[in-house]
Order: sequence, then C-alpha cells, then structure tokens
Amino acid sequence: MKKFNSNTFIRLVKYYFKINKWYMIGIFFFIILSSVGTVAAPVFIQKIIDDVINPGIKFGFDKVENTFIQLLITLAVIYSVAVISNFLMNQLNAIATHRFLNVLRIDMFKKMEKLPISFFDQHQRGEIMSLYTNDADSIREFVSGTLPQIFNTIIIISSLAVMMMIYSLYLFIFVILTTVLILFATKKVGSKSAKYFIKQQKSIAEVEGFAEEMMNGLKVVKVFSHEKQSRADFDKINDNLQRNSETANGNANMLGPIIHNIGNVNYVAIAIIGTFLVVFGVPNLSLTGIRPLEMGVVVSFLTMSRQFANNFNQISMQINTSIMAMAGATRCFELLDQNEEVDDGYVTLVNANIDETTHEITESSTRTGKWAWKHPHKEDGTVTYTELKGDILLDNVDFGYTSDKIVLHDVSVYAKPGQKIALVGSTGAGKTTITNLITRFYDLADGKVRYDGININKIKKSDLRESIGMVLQDTSLFTGTVKENIRYGKLDATDEEIIEASKIANAYDFITRLPQGFDTMLVADGANLSQGQRQLISIARAAIANAPVMILDEATSSIDTRTEKLVQKGMDAIMKGRTIFVIAHRLSTIQNSDAIMVLDHGRIIERGTHDELISKKGFYYQLYTGALELE
Amino acid sequence: MIKTLMKSIKGYGVPSLLSIVFVSFEVIMEVSIPFVMKYLIDEMNTSNIEKIIIYSVILVVMSIFSLIFGALAGKFCARGSTGFARNLRRNIYKNITDFSFSNIDKFSTPSLVTRITTDVTNVQMSYMQIIRTAVRAPFMMIFSIIMAFMISKELAVYFVIIVPVIFAILITIIYFGIRIFNRIFKKYDALNASIQENISGMRTVKSYVREDYEIKKLTKASENLKKDFTKAERLVMSDQSIMQFAIYTLNLVVIFLGAIFVIQNGTYDETLGLITYNKLSTGDLSSLLTYGMQSLMSLMMLSMVIVTITISIESARRIVEVLNEKPTIVSPSNPIYNIDNGEIEFKNVSFKYKEEGNKYVLSNINLKIESGQMIGILGGTGSGKTSLVNLISRIYDVNEGEVILSGHNVKEYDVDSLRENIAVVLQKNILFSGSVKENLKWGNENATDEEIIHFSKLACADEFVSKFEGGYDYKIEQGGSNVSGGQKQRLCIARALIKKPKVLILDDSTSAVDTKTDALIRKGLREDLKETTKIIIAQRISSIQDADQIIVMDNGMINGIGNHEELMKNNEIYRDIYNSQNRIKEAE
Repeated sequence: MKKFNSNTFIRLVKYYFKINKWYMIGIFFFIILSSVGTVAAPVFIQKIIDDVINPGIKFGFDKVENTFIQLLITLAVIYSVAVISNFLMNQLNAIATHRFLNVLRIDMFKKMEKLPISFFDQHQRGEIMSLYTNDADSIREFVSGTLPQIFNTIIIISSLAVMMMIYSLYLFIFVILTTVLILFATKKVGSKSAKYFIKQQKSIAEVEGFAEEMMNGLKVVKVFSHEKQSRADFDKINDNLQRNSETANGNANMLGPIIHNIGNVNYVAIAIIGTFLVVFGVPNLSLTGIRPLEMGVVVSFLTMSRQFANNFNQISMQINTSIMAMAGATRCFELLDQNEEVDDGYVTLVNANIDETTHEITESSTRTGKWAWKHPHKEDGTVTYTELKGDILLDNVDFGYTSDKIVLHDVSVYAKPGQKIALVGSTGAGKTTITNLITRFYDLADGKVRYDGININKIKKSDLRESIGMVLQDTSLFTGTVKENIRYGKLDATDEEIIEASKIANAYDFITRLPQGFDTMLVADGANLSQGQRQLISIARAAIANAPVMILDEATSSIDTRTEKLVQKGMDAIMKGRTIFVIAHRLSTIQNSDAIMVLDHGRIIERGTHDELISKKGFYYQLYTGALELE
Repeated sequence: MIKTLMKSIKGYGVPSLLSIVFVSFEVIMEVSIPFVMKYLIDEMNTSNIEKIIIYSVILVVMSIFSLIFGALAGKFCARGSTGFARNLRRNIYKNITDFSFSNIDKFSTPSLVTRITTDVTNVQMSYMQIIRTAVRAPFMMIFSIIMAFMISKELAVYFVIIVPVIFAILITIIYFGIRIFNRIFKKYDALNASIQENISGMRTVKSYVREDYEIKKLTKASENLKKDFTKAERLVMSDQSIMQFAIYTLNLVVIFLGAIFVIQNGTYDETLGLITYNKLSTGDLSSLLTYGMQSLMSLMMLSMVIVTITISIESARRIVEVLNEKPTIVSPSNPIYNIDNGEIEFKNVSFKYKEEGNKYVLSNINLKIESGQMIGILGGTGSGKTSLVNLISRIYDVNEGEVILSGHNVKEYDVDSLRENIAVVLQKNILFSGSVKENLKWGNENATDEEIIHFSKLACADEFVSKFEGGYDYKIEQGGSNVSGGQKQRLCIARALIKKPKVLILDDSTSAVDTKTDALIRKGLREDLKETTKIIIAQRISSIQDADQIIVMDNGMINGIGNHEELMKNNEIYRDIYNSQNRIKEAE
C-alpha cells in the first residue's frame, strides 16, 4: 500500500483551517455538542427505566410522574440541542466546504496563469484539467465528509471510553482488547482494499489510454480488419481492471461485517463476564472508586460498548476516500508549488512625446499614440528613452528546450521596422521556437535577442509581449460574445474601435450577418463559427491591440476559398506598417516578403527574397515547384 | 434501456443473485441479534447463568453467521458489480469496433472514451447499490417494523405512521436538491470549460498579457458558483437533520407512551420483591428504540440509493446509445471468402454521406479497372476522390449502382476478407504506440522479419528505420509523434504492403515525401506488385503522371479518363493543374 502521506494530510488541514478558521471552530464546537447528545441520551433512557418504570410499577405512576416529566424534558432538551447543533454543523460545513473549494480553485488558477509556457508544453491538457475536476472533487469529499466524520467519531469514542471507565475498568479492559482486534482487522483488510483501489485507478487510466488511442485510430483498425486483435488487447486490460476492482471492493465490503460482528462477540463476552462478576460479587473498580458491581451498570455498559464498536465501522468506511483525497491533494500541491514565471525585466514601455525637430523623447502620463522604452541605468541612476519602433534582432542563437537536445543552431534574423520576414520549413524545423524566443516564452541566457537594440531579457515581460501581437494557428477564442473576444486585445477599447478593427480584419461583414451581430455568443472555443471566421476574429483581436511587431502563424487547416481570401486580405491589412514574422505554410502568401528564412532541422539553410531564392534553385525552389511539400 | 443494460449481466447473474440472497440473510441476522440480546439482558436481570450462557452461545453463533453472510454478500456484490461493469465495457468496445465509418462519424473520440470509463463507473456504482443497499434497506426496514410489531403492536403503529411521512419529506428534498444541482452543474461545467480554454489558449493569454484579467474573470465566476453550491448543499444537508429530528421525536414518543404502558401493565409482588412485566418489558422498550432507529436509517440509505441511481441515469442513457447503435455495414449471410483478382468496375454508382441529405458526393460513376493496373486519381478538394475509393472496400456503401470486384458485387463478400485483400492507406493516418515491427505486423500478424524488411524497403522506409535506435524494435509513441510526417507516411505504406493485397489504395499518402522518394516507391510498386491493382490519389501530377489510367474528378463526377498524354490534349482541368505546378519550368 502506498504510504498514507501524513505531510499532505497536515498541509491540507492547515490550508483548510487557514481559510475556514472560525467555521472550523464552529463545526468542531457543534460536533462536540451533538455528540454529547448521542452519548448522553442512552444514559437518560436507562435512568427512566431505573428511576421511573421500575419504581412506577412498585409504587404506582402518580409517585413517579414528576420525575418522569423532568427526565423526559431533560431528554427532549438534550435531543433538541443535538438536532440543532447537528443542523448548524451541517450548515456551517456546507458553507466552509464551498468556501474552501472556491479558494482552492482560485489559488490553483492564479498559480497556473503565472506559470511559464514550458509547464503547458510539458503537461497534457487533460492532466492539468483533472486537478480542477477529479482531484478537487476527491478533496471535497474529504473535507466535507471525512474530516468532520473523523472528528465526530473521535469525540464519541473518547467520551464513550471515559463513560465506560466510569462504569467499570474491568469491563473496559475487554473493550480495549476488542479495539485492538478491530484495528488489526481494519489494517489487514483495509490496507489490502486500499492497495487494490490504487491499482484500480491505474487500470482505469490504462483502459482510458488504450480506448483513446484505439478510438482515434478506429478507421485504421477498420481498414486493417484489426477488430479482433484490438478486442483481445482490450479484454486483457479490461479483465485486469475487473480483478483489481473486485478485490478492492470485495475487501472494502467485508470490513463492515467484520467490525460489526467483532462488536457483537465483544457484547456477548462482556455480558457473560459482567454477569459472573455480579454473581460472584466481585467489587467493581472504576474511575469513581470501588463499589460492588450492579447488573444495571453491566447493562448500560453493554449498550455503550456496542456503540463504541459501531463507531469504528464509521471510520473504516472513510479509508478509501482519504487515500484518494491525499493522492488528489498531492497533485494539487504539486501545482501550487511550481515556480512561477520570473520577470526581472526593468525596461518598461511608456507613453511618450517625441519632439519632431530634436527627436528628444519625454515621458507622458496620457496616451499619446507614441511609445518609448524607459531604460533606467542602475550604475549612474540615469534614465534613457528609446523610441518603440519594432526592430528585432536575433544574433547567432543556439537554443534547446533541454540542454541535451539543441533545436536551433546558429540562427540569425534581422528584422528592421516595417519589414516582413517569412519563416518557412517543415514541422519541427524551429519556426515556432524562434517566435517562442522573441516573446520570451522561453528564455535565452545571453543577450542575443534584441528589441529596438535592447536586450529583451532586460525588458519587462508584460511590456515586451504587449509590444508584440500574435495571430496563432490555434485561434483560442474564449467563451463570450464576439465583441468581448475582439476587446480582449485592448480591454478599454470603445465599440467604435472594435468595429474599426473588425473592418480592418475583414471580419465586419460576416459578424454583422450573425444572428446577434457583435453580441453573438461564442461557445466551446468558437465551435459555432467556421475555422475561417474564427481566424478573422482573432485577426481583429490582434488589430485592436495595435502592436508594432506582429507574429502571424498561418492556419494549415483547410478553409473554404472565399473565406481564405478574406483571411488573407485581413492579414495583409494588419501587416501594414509593422514588423511582421510570418510562419508560412503556403508559399503563395510570402512572395512579397523582405526576407524569407528557410529552416531545416533548426538551421537556416537559405535566406533571401523570393526572387533570390528561386534563382538559387535550392530547397525553396523545390518547394515552390512542388518537388517537395511541407506538411 | 434497462433491457439493453441487463444483457451485460450475463455470466455474473449468479453472484449478483447470491449477493441479494446473502444480503437478505445478513439483514435477518442483524435484525434478530438485538432481539436475542434483549432476552440475554432480561436473563441477566434475574442472574440466570444457565440461560445466559445459552443465549450467549446462540448470539456468538449468530454473529459468526452474520459475519459469514456479510462477508459473502460483500464478495458476491463486488464480483457481480465489477463483472457487470467489465461486460459493459467489453460490449461497448466490441460494438464500437463493429461500427462502420458512418457510425464512427457520429461520435467524437472523447465522448466514446467517456462512455467506456466514467459512464460505466457510474452505472457500476448504481448496480452495486441496487444489489446491496437497495436490498438491504427495505429488508431492514420491513424486518425492523415486523420485530417492533412482535414486541408491541400498540407502539409499533407509530413507526408505520412516521416512516412514509419521513420518506416523503426525504424524497421531496432530494427531488428539489437534484434539480438545483443539475442547474448548478451546468454552471460548473461552464466554469471548467473556461479553465480548459485557458489551459489550451495559454499562449494567447500570455501574449496579450491577460493573466490578471483571466484571474479576475475566473474569481468572479468561481465566487458566483460558490454561492449557488452553498445554497443547494445547505438545502440537501438539512435532510440529515430532519432525519435526526424524526428519530428523536419517535424516541420520545416511544419512551413516553412505552413507559406508561410498562408501568400500567407491570405487577409487583411485594412478598418476593419481584417486578413482573406483562405485555412489555423494559428490555422490549430499548429494543423498540433500536428498531425505530434502524428503520429510519434504512430510509436514509434508500434515499441515497435513489440519488446514486438518478445521477447515473444520464450515463446509462449514453451507454445504451452506443450499445444500440447498429453497424451499418455487415457481411451478407452467405458470403464469398475468396477474391481472385483486382479487377474493379463501377456501374452507375451514386453516393451521399447522409441518407436523408440530397447532395450526392458522387453521381453516376462508370469505370473499369483491369487487375494489376496503376490508376491515378486527381481532383480538387471535395471533388469526391476519397469517397470514390472508399466504396471499393465498403468503408461506405453505395446508394445507387454497384461496385464490382473480381466479378462480384463487393456486398457479396465477407467484409473481413474484402478488407484483408484491399489495403487502404488513409489520408489521415495513424501509427499506434508500440514498436515499428508491431505496427507493421498490423498488415499481417504472421509476417516474417524478411517480409517486413522487404516491404519496408519497397516503401523506402527501411533506410530510416535501420538508423533508428533498435531498428525495427524502435518504440513509436502514441499518435506516432516521434517520427516525422514523411516517415509516418512511408511506414503506413509499408504496413499496407505487408498485407499483400489484391488492391492497394494510397489516398494522398506521399504528400510529405519528396518527389525522388515518391518516384522510387512507385517504381517499386510497379515492379514488385505486378498482380496488384494500385490506385493512387495525389495532389501532385508528378505522382501519377506515369499511371496506366488517370481519372480526373470534378464535383463528384468523372471529368476525364486517360493517360497523361491524352489528358494533356483533351482535359482542361488536368492541363490547368499541370501548368500551375510546372509554371516555373514553363517560364524558363
């Protein structure tokens, strides 16, 4: 069995307590009150039998009427306190649980937003998502159910223990023996069950992985009539899952009857021993002193010992939830412990006034439409301003995502303001890596990438990224209206600016034809729009951001020719007056580039204008003539 | 729905039934034990040691039986429910692999995977509850009430009154609770969808520096959800308190009336100093309290079962949807197993993807291909190239006309034999996780190493496979992500060749392969697979220029058939494509 991680447990409880301090205290207070009811009520019932019923038969009902009413009222009060505190406990628990889940969700999300892109490149989407769904869910079950349950049981068990010790220490020794037996059985059966529950989780993941691969490749399975083999393979892991899940559940199901019946046998044993002790007049040793043992004491003791055993049953049922919750919490904490993206850049982007004659730059507190890099120098305390132009330089860059695998070799790119640079090459040639470096999604150690002559490592990441617009292949629209999606590029944009941007991007026409125009809701990553329309919106979004440098990743997926032309026109429109990097998949769109870089295996193998490259008759020429194709 | 699901119990009906039987036995024991305990306590009050020992022995024996029944019930329940789940997964999987392409097109991959995993788990939970708790709870309640009646008719009547009232209250709360929760879950899904969007669109978020904006957005949605969840949970949680209130009220009533009842009926013999209980003893009274609690707790259990079942109904519905999906393409009842040659004929063939749709993807196709020929198919996107070849191996069936292979309508053949003799290299092709060799053996399980190498050479795959670490034992990752696109295509061709098919169809399968290698592969095919009919769909004219016949498709119809020279002369579309692909050469 995987060791129950007590560190995670403590951390989870601390975390929970930090958020719900007063709620937790309240919950514990009401648990104590309500368990007092649970423990005290049987005592009063016994008192009614002893002090009311038996004397009532002896001396008549009138004689005991007052005591009876008094006891009944006391019992009713105890019951009311128990019910009310249980009610309040549940209400507080409901509130506290969702307060906690809310904070957990927000904390994880906050952390996630601040993580570097490398985290998302290294983890599968489903894996990250599962933290918010499956793992948060198992944690919810733990904090809302298991945690109060454990506390409740501890209170009841310990108060019962004290009561039993008050009644009789001799008999209590027996209860201790039984408890040891119960714990032993729980450990044995419970840990087997837990071990197989973990195996079961693994098998489920296996079935899921297999099913996913086969469902994806179902058409290949069909054309190779590979159904039988594929079924046989599935049967193997499916049977394995059943075996694990049967053992896990079988043992879990057995735990209840085992504990319950150990409790029953304990009951019988105490009854016999108690009777013998009474019959032979053995003095009773209890916390309150030595007195002869009475049958009434033994009978009350019996009821308590039974309750005692049943409470262990309650705890044993929480074992599996606890294990799942700890596994989930461990994964959530792993996310929360990730290192955030560091940003120690100190060069910032500011609004600027530029004197037309002297070209002197001064900072402005209002929007001027002109921007400048503000560069404070630590050594002499001076500040210099550089006009934001969009000059990008990569100088002999070598880069690898891991140190043992270099993906860019000696890459140099010079992009002067307003130039259009095209990157051409097959998948994995290094096109995306170059853009990753310009945007500092990944960092180069030395200052080999410069923006307007400034080492980009010195520029504040947020300001750097605001000065670079991106239109990605994966359009990544968000749930919300069309208007909201365009406004994403500039949060304080007016409706007029949005319309203007959509016109530039060639998106205006189709948007106005949508049922609710700019207020049309986009659902599930814009699934209700065509690929081409989504692209037009993402171009409009980039247009409104109005950055001097733009990275355009053309879509490979087929869009209908009409929309394709619109997209192309939209792209052309936002290219005007900017420094542009185009990741090209169709050569027809980049012939007018100022420079074309042909990449292969992380190296620039050819560079030049279209005409230069054609006359060179190299790789580009082959691509262009159709002798070679890009994927 | 239930009938469809019930089929998956097959083979696990006995343990399921045994579970029900043993649960009932266990309940009988559990209910009778307090009954005997009452006698034990009554005897203890008179210190009758002999009787005490007798009752003790009985109790121990009963406990042992209760333990055995309980353990067996647990085992059988686990066996029955996990077996049921196993069969469900198995049957779903089997049915999915029987799907034809048109069935497959209806479901997305994630939705199929969810059905096999999460949905089955939900239904399994319900089944487990049904064969265990749903038996236990009513039994427990009925026995408890019977026992209560055996002790005292007068007091047990109150049980009968309170039980339905409480049950009605519980069900009402659950009903409203589930309704509210269903509504909230939609919001919850929306929240998760928005998190999902952030995960997949992180580059966009970061490039627009919108991290804080997204955090603010999520915080607002999450806070909002918190409020709703809290409200609903508070409502549902109150049923526990109502239950407790009911139990305590019942206790008070039973104690109040019971005590008076015992006193009124009890007699006291002053000379002996002995109290005799008539009709109802004090032991009876505590037993009544226990039974009262038991019957109400069973109600609570029953209501939980109802919750579980309600939650799983949607899952069950989705499972049944797949189980009831009838494969549209099946073998005929007296199929032909042998296919003699690769001669193909299309007679007046028309085809559309949706039965009810009116747009034909292919109309009135007539075509004859000799066995062993090499055929090229050319045409723009959506012109019907892929649809045309799909009809040969019955990936889809024609709507009108017939496709004839080796003298028989393709519908007369056994589907497996048909597909074993026709190798298709699909446009969107996939390699599976496993070694290169394992992947290639999809074509023929019994292929020898020599055959594998031979056909890999033919597909120009051997040259790079032999450079892989471990050669043919090199592990391909899921989706073939660790080989390049061109390598993937060549491996897929090799995999198809290993089938030694009568007909080989390459659907745009060399697009990522350079022209030289492409030509080399075609030369190999022509020389090595003389008997095999080879159909090649391509975008590049160079890939099909040397074919025996070239078919030019346009808008679902055959625009022209002939060899390169003929088409250059007679076919405008062909000439246009040729010119656009060779414009530079022309210019020079």
